[in-house]
Amino acid sequence: MENFITNMIAQCSWLQSLPKWVVVFGFQIFFSVLILFAFVAIFAMLAGYVERRVAGRIQSRIGPNRVGPQGILQSLADGIKVFLKEDVVPTAADPILFRIAPYFVFVGMFLAFVAIPFSAQWVISDFNLGIFYLLACEALVVIGIVMSGWASNNKWSLIGGMRSAAQIVSYEVPVSLTILMIVLWCGTMDIQQIILSQGPMPWHWHVFQNPFLFIGFFIFFIGSLAEGNRMPFDMPEAESELVSGYNTEYSGFRFIIFFFAEFANLYLIGAIVTILFLGGWQAGVLPEFFVSIFGAENPWIVALIKNFTQLFVFQAKALVLVFVIIQLRWTLPRVRVDQLMALCWKYLVPISFVNLLAISFWVVFVPEIGTKITAGVMTTFGAIIFIYFFYRVYWQLKFSKAKIRMNPFS
Amino acid sequence: MSYLGNIVSSVQTVFEGLTITFSHLFREPMTIQYPDRTPIPVKDTLPLRYRGFLDVQTDICTGCTLCQKACPIDCILIEAGKDPELGQRVMTRFAVDLSKCMYCGLCTEPCPTGAIRFTREFEAATYDVKTLVREYILNGEKIVPYKAPKK
Repeated sequence: MENFITNMIAQCSWLQSLPKWVVVFGFQIFFSVLILFAFVAIFAMLAGYVERRVAGRIQSRIGPNRVGPQGILQSLADGIKVFLKEDVVPTAADPILFRIAPYFVFVGMFLAFVAIPFSAQWVISDFNLGIFYLLACEALVVIGIVMSGWASNNKWSLIGGMRSAAQIVSYEVPVSLTILMIVLWCGTMDIQQIILSQGPMPWHWHVFQNPFLFIGFFIFFIGSLAEGNRMPFDMPEAESELVSGYNTEYSGFRFIIFFFAEFANLYLIGAIVTILFLGGWQAGVLPEFFVSIFGAENPWIVALIKNFTQLFVFQAKALVLVFVIIQLRWTLPRVRVDQLMALCWKYLVPISFVNLLAISFWVVFVPEIGTKITAGVMTTFGAIIFIYFFYRVYWQLKFSKAKIRMNPFS
Repeated sequence: MSYLGNIVSSVQTVFEGLTITFSHLFREPMTIQYPDRTPIPVKDTLPLRYRGFLDVQTDICTGCTLCQKACPIDCILIEAGKDPELGQRVMTRFAVDLSKCMYCGLCTEPCPTGAIRFTREFEAATYDVKTLVREYILNGEKIVPYKAPKK
């Protein structure tokens, strides 16, 4: 961000007349608002639509396809409908806590976007404790959820809030330990440095560096799902038992805030996993390739093209993960509370401790050539799993003798 | 041992589940998008002897009122009488109240000519229940009942 703004100041003469800190803060605020309204809001809408279409196809249905072309405006219609609902505050609810609770969830979710690097230069605030800051933001969400559950004065909301708190606090442990693994591996907590220590190709990514990081990837992914209250860990809003969990009593705009935070968190899980394990915005030679294709000379345009290429690479990775999360939701049944806790404390926590220990030894004792060998082996292993997945998909289609329809919009 | 076994089996089953759900993205949906997006009208996909709305073919109706008498809930109304101008018996009204009809088929059985019969139409949704009274003789027409030719 610093470089990008300096570049901009050099290009525009009227920016030079202002003091530098005004320009820097101005751009940071501008980009925060841009991300919030131009990206996250649209993402939440589209993710809601995509989720329902994917769910439809998985259940042999079609999904919403009436509002607008192929139902793409369905989320807008739902949003307007919810927006026009009366804003109800229950008589017995704690009026102040009830009103401010959604904002804690919202702020916790969106503060995290400040530290997410979308490209080499497009990160609102790049500071050396970035990954720690992300963990801290997650914790703010718990307060909001517990607050909303308590203030609603409703037994379902309270149970939902308490479950959410128990779940997030428990899963914070394996998630933090896995982040600690990455921090040991790179020797830094700076998100940009973590990305820079990886590379554009799969064998440069942290997932495939060695078996322990490979396991750590799955632990982090499962832990993030549980922290984000996503299926199969969506105990706090288990519809069949708790009506809607902590947001049962909310309506209108306050409900939309919870809804937005949920989908923002969906993206955030994808983005953080991409940053830590899948190489972030690293695009290799692609940015230079596009610059040479467009024949750009102006340094400002060159920077724009490079950043956009990296942005697209980052988004592609993050959105594939978002798709996997959505698919997982419609694949797995909801786990019980005791199973949830057993999975965390009996499986994820011990394994991540072993992982942490192993990584510490690896960093100290294994020479670089050893890491290169394991990276090659693990990448081959990952590729085999990837190909086997699609072979199994092909086999399922053949075995079921189902009619095939490749067109997703039908 | 069951500890590692649990891990292995959960990884295998989740993987298998993901392949199944992913393969569903390429399968044809079962949904029939009923009112407006069906390849042929749903009416035409129904079996031939489907009991839909009653239809009356007035040019072969003998005006015998057997159907009216057979109807257990009196949803058929036939007005017939001697017309002084023509000097013979004519039907002036043949109405079926589809909102009452229970599609039992008792009226179609005694009909000597098959004038009253079921169709495959079934979409009776309306804003006004009165529109479900189907009149088969309109505009004060006078229908001369059909008589079978003598052999």
